Formats: sequence, C-alpha cells, structure tokens
Amino acid sequence: MTTRPPRTDAPPPGVRLPKRRGVELSLLVCAVLISVSGYAAVGLARSGAVPPDAARYGAGLGLLALVAHLAVRFRAPYADPLLLPIAVLLNGLGLVLIYRLDLETPNDQAAATQLVWSTLGVALFIVVVLLLRDHRTLQGYAYVSVAAALGLMILPIFFPAVNGAKIWIRIGGLSFQPGEFAKILLAVFFAAYLSANRNALAYTGRRIWKFQFPTGRVLGPIVAIWLLSVGVLVLERDLGTSLLFFGLFVIMLYVATGRTGWIAVGLVLASAGAFLVGSLEPHVHSRVEDWLDPFASIRAGEGPGQLAQSLFAFAAGGMLGTGLGLGHSVLIGFAVKSDFILATAGEELGLVGLTALFLLYALLVARGYRAGLSLRDPFGRLLAIGLASIVALQVFVIAGGVMGLIPLTGMAMPFLAQGGSSVVTNWVIVALLIRVSDSARAPQPDSADTGTLAPVREDAHFREDAP
Amino acid sequence: MIRYIRRAAALCLVLLVALLVNAARVMVFEAEELDDNPANRRIAIERYAEPRGEIAVDGKPVTGSRDSGQQLRWERTYRQGPLYAPVTGYASQTYGTTLVEHAEDSVLGGTDPMLAPLPLWNDLTRGRQPGGDVLTTVRAPMQEAAYRGLDGKRGAVVAVEPSSGRILALVSSPSYDPGVLSGTGTKVKDSWKRLNSSPNQPMLNRALRQTYPPGSTFKIVTAAAALDAGAVRDVDAPTDTPDPFVLPGTRQVLPNEAKGCGDASLAYAIQWSCNTVMAGLGVEVGLTGMVDAVERFGFNDTGLRVPSWVAKSNFDREMSPDQLALSSIGQFDTTATPLQMAMVAAAVANNGEIARPYLVDRTTTSGGTTVDRTGRRTYRQAMNPSTAMRLQRLMVKAVEEGTGTNAAIPGAVVGGKTGTAQHGFGNTGTPYAWFIAWAQAEGTAQPAVAVAVVVEDAEASRTDISGGGSAAPIARRVMEEALRLEAEARGER
Repeated sequence: MTTRPPRTDAPPPGVRLPKRRGVELSLLVCAVLISVSGYAAVGLARSGAVPPDAARYGAGLGLLALVAHLAVRFRAPYADPLLLPIAVLLNGLGLVLIYRLDLETPNDQAAATQLVWSTLGVALFIVVVLLLRDHRTLQGYAYVSVAAALGLMILPIFFPAVNGAKIWIRIGGLSFQPGEFAKILLAVFFAAYLSANRNALAYTGRRIWKFQFPTGRVLGPIVAIWLLSVGVLVLERDLGTSLLFFGLFVIMLYVATGRTGWIAVGLVLASAGAFLVGSLEPHVHSRVEDWLDPFASIRAGEGPGQLAQSLFAFAAGGMLGTGLGLGHSVLIGFAVKSDFILATAGEELGLVGLTALFLLYALLVARGYRAGLSLRDPFGRLLAIGLASIVALQVFVIAGGVMGLIPLTGMAMPFLAQGGSSVVTNWVIVALLIRVSDSARAPQPDSADTGTLAPVREDAHFREDAP
Repeated sequence: MIRYIRRAAALCLVLLVALLVNAARVMVFEAEELDDNPANRRIAIERYAEPRGEIAVDGKPVTGSRDSGQQLRWERTYRQGPLYAPVTGYASQTYGTTLVEHAEDSVLGGTDPMLAPLPLWNDLTRGRQPGGDVLTTVRAPMQEAAYRGLDGKRGAVVAVEPSSGRILALVSSPSYDPGVLSGTGTKVKDSWKRLNSSPNQPMLNRALRQTYPPGSTFKIVTAAAALDAGAVRDVDAPTDTPDPFVLPGTRQVLPNEAKGCGDASLAYAIQWSCNTVMAGLGVEVGLTGMVDAVERFGFNDTGLRVPSWVAKSNFDREMSPDQLALSSIGQFDTTATPLQMAMVAAAVANNGEIARPYLVDRTTTSGGTTVDRTGRRTYRQAMNPSTAMRLQRLMVKAVEEGTGTNAAIPGAVVGGKTGTAQHGFGNTGTPYAWFIAWAQAEGTAQPAVAVAVVVEDAEASRTDISGGGSAAPIARRVMEEALRLEAEARGER
C-alpha cells in the first residue's frame, strides 16, 4: 500500500486524454454570470435597480473562480472539469440567497461574513490543490486524522451550547463547528483503514447463520471509533452529523467489503439508535413529533412551527417560484439563512429551480463516484466515494428534513447555507475530489508504457473483488 | 469493488429521486392546501401588500391608506372615522373586517374576479388587481346632521329614501375611530380592549345591530294591521276600546299617557298615542293576523342584508292575549332595530311597499369602471296602498297638532309618530325616546325621506325623555337636509 510510484508531471508518450481545462473555464464564466444575474434580479425585484455593487460582487466571485481555476490548471490539469464550476455556482447562489435574506433582517447581516468565509474556503482549496500532490499521501496519516477528528468533536463539549446543540467553538468573535472538519478526517481514516483491511473484513471471521462476521481484531478499532463518534454526537445533541457519520461508515464499509451483512447490521443499529434517541431525547423527540405532524402547533393555537413555515414557503413557490427577492421565506424565522436556506430557494425559484439545484448536487456526487470508479488504488477509490457520499447524504438529510421527508436535523446545505466552517469544509472536499479525479484521469506512466488509453482497468487489477 | 460502487451510486440515485418526488409533492400536489392554510401568513401579507380601495360618500372617499412599512404593509385610515364608522366598519390587520369593509372586502381588496380585465385573468397571472372602490348611498350632509343631532348621546339615526330603499344616513352614537384598529401591535390591541370594555359600547352599531322596544312608534304597524284586517273601517269612527283597559285574562289595567282615549277613533289614537285603543285593536286583529301583518314589515326576518347583516327585529309568534295587547303597543317582547322602524315609516310613505334597503350604490374598479350596481328591488308589500294613504294622513296629523309637532318643517308635508319605550326590570330603566317620520316637499310626487331616531339618554330625566322632545328635533334636521338635497337635485335638472 505504501509503495507509491513517483509522480512525474512529464506527459506520457502516446495519445493523451483531453485535459478539458477550457471547458472548465467557460463553465466557470457561466457560473459567475448566473450568480451575478441572481444578485441583480434580487436588486431589481426589491428596489427596481441593479445593486450598485453587483459588478464588484461579480468581479470578486470571478476572481476567486479564476484563481482556483489557475491552481487547478497548474497542479491538477486532468481534473474533472465539472467539479469547480458546480462549487462556484452553488457558492455564488448561496451568497445571493443570503444577501437576499439580509434585506429582510437589517439587524442580522450575514452575506459579508459568508463572502469572507467563501474566500477562505477557496484559499484552502488552492492550498490543498497546490500542496497535496498525490492523494495517497493522506493514507499515511490515517491515525493522525482519526485522532484529530475525535479531538475536534470532543472540543465543543467544553464550550457553551448554542440553540440546544454543543457543536460550536467560540473564540473571540469567531465561531465555527469543528464537527464539519471532522467529517473529512473521518472519511480519510475510513478510506485508509478499510483499504488496508478490506480483505480481512470481507473474508475472515465467523459465519453466523447467513451472515459472516469479521474477527474482532479487524472490526474492533473501527467499531470503537464509530461508537465514540456517535456517542460524542449524541452528547452534543447534533443528530444530523451523527446520521451523516453513520451513513458514511455504512456506505464505505459496504463498498470496501461488499458484504450485505454490513448493511443489515447497519440498518438494525441505525433503527435501534434512532428509536432510542427519538423516544428518549426530548430535543430529538420533538423533531420527530414535528415531522409526523407539522401542523399540530397550528391546531394547538400556537401558530405554525418552523417546519410548517418551511412547507408553506415551498408550497408558495409552486412550479416556477415567486422570483428572487419576492418570497416570504423569512417567516421561517430562526435559521432561515442556514438550515432552512433551501426553503428560500424553493419559494423563489420554484420546483424548477430546486430541481436544478438538486441536479447540481447530483452531478457533483456523480463526478465523485466517477473518479472513484476510474481510480486504480483502493484508498483513492474509497476516499472519492466517501467524500461524494458526504455531499449526497448531507443534501439528503437536510433537504429531506426541511421538506418533511424525514425528521429535521440541523445541518448545513453544502455551499448554500450560511456557516463558515461548512463552506470551508466543502471547498476542501471539492479540492480533494479535484485531486483524486486528476489522479484518475491523468495518464499513468506505468499504463502509458503499454499504450493503454482508457483508465478502466479494474477488471485486471481487482479481480479479487468478484464474489 | 466496481459493483459495490455502482450499488452505492444507485442508492444515491434513489435518494435524489426521493427528494425530487417529495419536492413535487410539497410544491405542486399539496401546494394549494398549504397555500390556503389559515396559519400561512402569506395570505395576509399579499392582502395588505397593496392599498385597499376606497369607500366613498357623496363620491368623496372617507377612507385612506397609510404605508406602515411593516410586514402587513398598508394600513387603513379613516377621514371622519367616528362619523362613518357605522357605515364603513373597520379593516384591521389584527381583527379582520366588519360592515361594508367586510361585505365588499373582495372588491376593496382587489380579489374580486369582476375587477380583472379578462375572465380568469387573476388565476393566470397569480396576481390581484388594485383594490376597487365602493360608492355608498349615504349623503354626507344628512349623516352629519344626524351625528350632530345625537351629539354624543347614546342612540341611532337611520334615514332611507322610501321610493328606492337607498340608506341616506346611518348613524350610531357614541362612535369610535375605526382607524385605531388598523395595523398590528400592542397599541391596536389596547385600543380594541378599551373600546370593548367601554360602558358606552362605541363599537356597537346601534342602527343595524341593536334592537330596542319600539314603544308607541309600533302603533303604526298595529294600525296598518287593523286597517288591512278590517278591524277598523273608518279611521274617524269610535273604536270599542274602553279606558281603563283591562288586559285580557288578567286584572292588570293598561295606563294611558294621553287623555280622552276611551273608545277613541284610530285617528285620535295615533294623533295622541292612546295605548288602550291600539292594544284593543291588536287583540281584535288576533295573534295570527298581527304576526302576519308585522312580518310583512320585516319583523322576524333574520336574512336582511344591506349588504351587512341586520339584527332580527322581534315580534313573538306565540303569546297570550294580554301579551299580544302589550306587544301591539311595542312593549313586551317586541323589539326593533332603528333600520326596521325607518322601514315602517318608509312603508307608509311609499304607499305600503318597502323597497329593499341598501347601503352600497355601486362598486367600481380603481379606474372608475362600474363593476356592480345595486338596483332597486321590492322587499315586501307591507300593507294595502289605501291603508298607507290613510296612515299618511294620520301621521301628518300627529305632527301638525299631536305629539310630533317638533318635527314640523315649513313648506313640507311631514308625517311622524313618537314613541317612549319603557324597558328594564319592572320598567325602571330610563325610557328610550323614539321618533319615526317621513317628509315630502310640497309640489313633489313622493316623500323624499323616511327616518327613524332612537335616543337612549341615561342623563335625561324620565319625564323629559319622550319621542317628541328628544328625538323629533333630530329627525327634523335630518329631513330638512334631505329635502334641501332633493331640491338641489331638482334644480340641477
């Protein structure tokens, strides 16, 4: 696993895959233009004039996109050309939505801060793309990662709870959620550990009835880590992240071992955990009650709750939406710019706009999976699948929550929602996906020698996967 | 590994489909239900997003709108709030709407489909039209005269045009400024509490929604019943009604305020308001005949709308003879709204026919195009035309040389009837002073106005309160304005 072939930037002989950097650049221009039009549309709808700083906003966003693009062009020339434009577009639209909601809440301005965090996120993106020359470097830091992840998750316990959840660290005027960074670290750890031990996990151990259980030696550390992380999260009352970690764990375990038994065990564990927490923890219990009947508070004469307001907002959007700046999603009140940001998108862009957003996320996830399929090293594969799954699960958990599909758990919509740690984390995720997709598509010196063009050689390399 | 990655990707696809299907459920299939949820504030926000249309008196708006900058943006203002409150009602963000503001809410709020330039326009554009205007039948000079006449005393005045049913004045006193209820917040809530706890009940619309025992003014109704039923054939012939009159089946003697009532003629009884004669005639007509006759005037009708609902005026359908005798002089359980008594006067003035009373002349779009016009409609034929002619003569006599001389207007024929209604436990409450009348300018074809005035003044002493003393002068001033306006209109023509 540790025998890394030395990377050379020298082009291999033979036919090369197109780099597609031009495609990326033109898509980036589109992403910036769409965001700026959204910004202008808000101004036109609200005051009948394009906001005076629309050009500045566009220039700023364009500059960030350009610098990121140059970093990719310089250091990851074979990277997937869709990843960066999608991230820029989502981040730009998020800024538009937050700016639009700022107009309703003059005492709570968030767009400027979010812009600073976005800049920081892009900076981190560039740092990762420039410094991390090969994703396999991360494999060596598996245990460092998991230690750091646990540390980050435990840290907020020593800080006061905010809105019922102990997930924040406040130092001076800055506050961030360390749990956000922890999920990347956990994905790295899971990928490294599972790629090293997947054969042991898949084939050794006892068979009980139809399910095959691995030996305690391999299973022990990973279950311990998982229990610890979930325990910490329940202590912090952040069920959304807990659910995300669990889902991530199950998906990566399944992809690594192919054992459906894991899914069964995972589902049973998840159901039991959800039932226990749902019935014992009052904070979570009320969320479940809310989900089962969002309109109970209306009948009780207490007015609509947040979920009911969120559903009202989505319904008000209908097929085409009210138009940016013309909705009333601010009625949701608390967390309208963070957890409930999607309601504003739904009300003002309609089902059509919302579908477009979902498809953008789906595309982001699909490109992550595509990179995972194309890569040849198990660690890279698992890492790509893990990172993409983080995005997919996160979108599902929060979008399903605010739309009444599943019980609501506080979580940030990737890139859209207000929240510095979230946006920075998502930029790092995209940076890592850029890195692995570059590795996936770049011509490999060893394979280039044979003249094979297609990176799809899984059958030869991974025949042991076949059941 | 490839296969497992594909399966995991399939899971992600399932999640995406679940999200999209759920989004379609919320945003399309259940959207209408969610949009119409009464707790959804968007309805209210949209409702107050544009200024309301105006309510106009004599073509001039008596309402306005103020931009509050709040979430429920445009708030209602009233130019002469207390004067027109019984007509307009209030339109409050917190407490909803009443009266014309309520009855014509769809026009004023711009939701009425008739306001749209094309059918289904609002459904297509998902918008609403600017609020339309409501032009009332009220005449400002008459309204002001009535309001000044009551001078803050508790009471009400209703004036109608007998031939058309147009309500020319509708005053309730004491009144309030409906503008204090516009908007949201503690100030509005405090005003609401203050108005509702005030002993004067300023928000009570006494003209339409308060019923009083009509007292002697009800004798017109009884007289009409007696004439129509044939109990009286000659109004000047003596009736068989002794004084003192013992209520049938009891030993109770019915007192008379007037003198010379023993076996007096119907004419004399109306002129001087003899209780004994009218009670006797009521008993003679009988319960069925009285109920039929009384209901032809609109009593016991719960469905009257002008377009705001009007309280039911009551005449019991089952009574013993002594109760019938008392009811026939407007006592016992008999109660009437001021509007109902104005309709009684109008019936006499309009040859027995009551035109359906209405308050809204027409509604227009914000541009002034007529949306709907209220036409004249017959409400009831209250009595035979010949009966009405005879009653007109009797009512004129009561004003010329009877109890109602305070209502006389030079140059006009005025018919009237006073009333002093006792009420309260054992008749110990301060009596209500009533006056109903109609007036016809000389040289015109028909009476221009019929009016009912009720004053429930707790300040005045019991002897002072009489229809002739307190209420008749107010009626005269209102009728004078009506005749002046009529003359002006004739002059223009």
